[in-house]
Amino acid sequence: MRNNFLATTPGVIAVGMVIGVLAIFLQKMGNPGNMGICVACFERDLAGGLGLHRAAIVQYLRPEIVGLVLGSLAAAAATGEFRPRGGSSPMIRFVLGVIAAMGALVFLGCPWRAILRLAGGDANAIFGIAGLGTGIFIGTLFFRKGYSLGASQRQSAATGLVFPLIMVGVLVLYLMYPQIQGQPQSGPIFYSVSGPGSMHAPMLVSLGVAFVIGIGAQKSRFCTVGALRDLFLFGSTHLFLGLCAMFVAALVANLATGGFHFGFEGQPVAHTVSLWNFMGMVTAGLAFALAGGCPGRQLFMAGEGDGDAGIFAVGMLVGAALAHNLGTASSATGIGAHGIAATLTGLVVCLAIGFAHIRRTA
Amino acid sequence: MRTIDCRGLSCPQPLLMFTEAHKKDSETPMDVLVDNPASMENVSRAARKKGWKVEAVSCEDMGSGVVRLELRK
Repeated sequence: MRNNFLATTPGVIAVGMVIGVLAIFLQKMGNPGNMGICVACFERDLAGGLGLHRAAIVQYLRPEIVGLVLGSLAAAAATGEFRPRGGSSPMIRFVLGVIAAMGALVFLGCPWRAILRLAGGDANAIFGIAGLGTGIFIGTLFFRKGYSLGASQRQSAATGLVFPLIMVGVLVLYLMYPQIQGQPQSGPIFYSVSGPGSMHAPMLVSLGVAFVIGIGAQKSRFCTVGALRDLFLFGSTHLFLGLCAMFVAALVANLATGGFHFGFEGQPVAHTVSLWNFMGMVTAGLAFALAGGCPGRQLFMAGEGDGDAGIFAVGMLVGAALAHNLGTASSATGIGAHGIAATLTGLVVCLAIGFAHIRRTA
Repeated sequence: MRTIDCRGLSCPQPLLMFTEAHKKDSETPMDVLVDNPASMENVSRAARKKGWKVEAVSCEDMGSGVVRLELRK
């Protein structure tokens, strides 16, 4: 068997630290506050850039999403780990992706951003992380009862490559229709001229950094949801230490560069409605747990050829677009008009999916 | 001798299946079939922690990427 240092505990800690530092670097290079890298936010921006929603302040074809997937693809291909697979309840995974994105956008961030928000001093993130832990804990109860979405099967290479190729397509669109300063549209592609979508690192920096993270995460199996899940299920601290390393590295980088501002009020791209910061992440956390990984890990698995993870990611793109079209996404001023309805509906659907897939016969 | 077939399953299920088998009987040798590197690493790591010796044998004839983890005391 191939020796894989990054899959050891020191390896995943190293990857976590690199992710933490690079996230803060991306913020310094122009990405929004406490959003150096946020999979849910960036999928939301990507959906906006493609016009799937028309919220003008969150539209940008984030090269980070492309880089995370292609970095993972490169690492998997180089080490013989590219394995086209799929067929494990794809429709369910799509729905879980939709719910995960909608829940995360009530809190305003995926698990990655929850960590980065806390590392930037945003105390609202405490409620989000508590909610995330609660949602994942509920997920582990289902796993203990025999929850399974079924085994995946080997698929054609084309099936494994389709999600990475969609990402290549996004990159091609970006290059064909680059941002025009001050213009909300370039050809068919939308670009925010104000708001979080307008704040971004230079394209090659975003792409390059995410590519490196994709390589490290693919080899280390870094997963922010698996971190808490394995802790609850097995008492295993392996992935959890990677998560802690990401937090500590981001915190230190923030402290060193004056990026740490503790408090609830006035935090970047955040609101202070604690109950729904908590509940949004309960829903998202349960959806991620039932789907088998955090949004980052889903992208990395999609890069390895896992079509089910790719479908989950497509679900997140659709969910993010729905969240803005239906007014369920939060903003800096508070939760959306229908945010509570989306959170609770999503939670009920996740519970139904959980109960419907308890397969244990023994 | 027992065989636990985790082909097609990804974490945490292979690890749960191993843990359960270990709880039932922590002495009798077992083979765990996995077909993705993450599950292979997770099960190997957990098994070693519980005192098993782990030998990974490639079994491509049983499916793409299949590895048989031979757990012995």
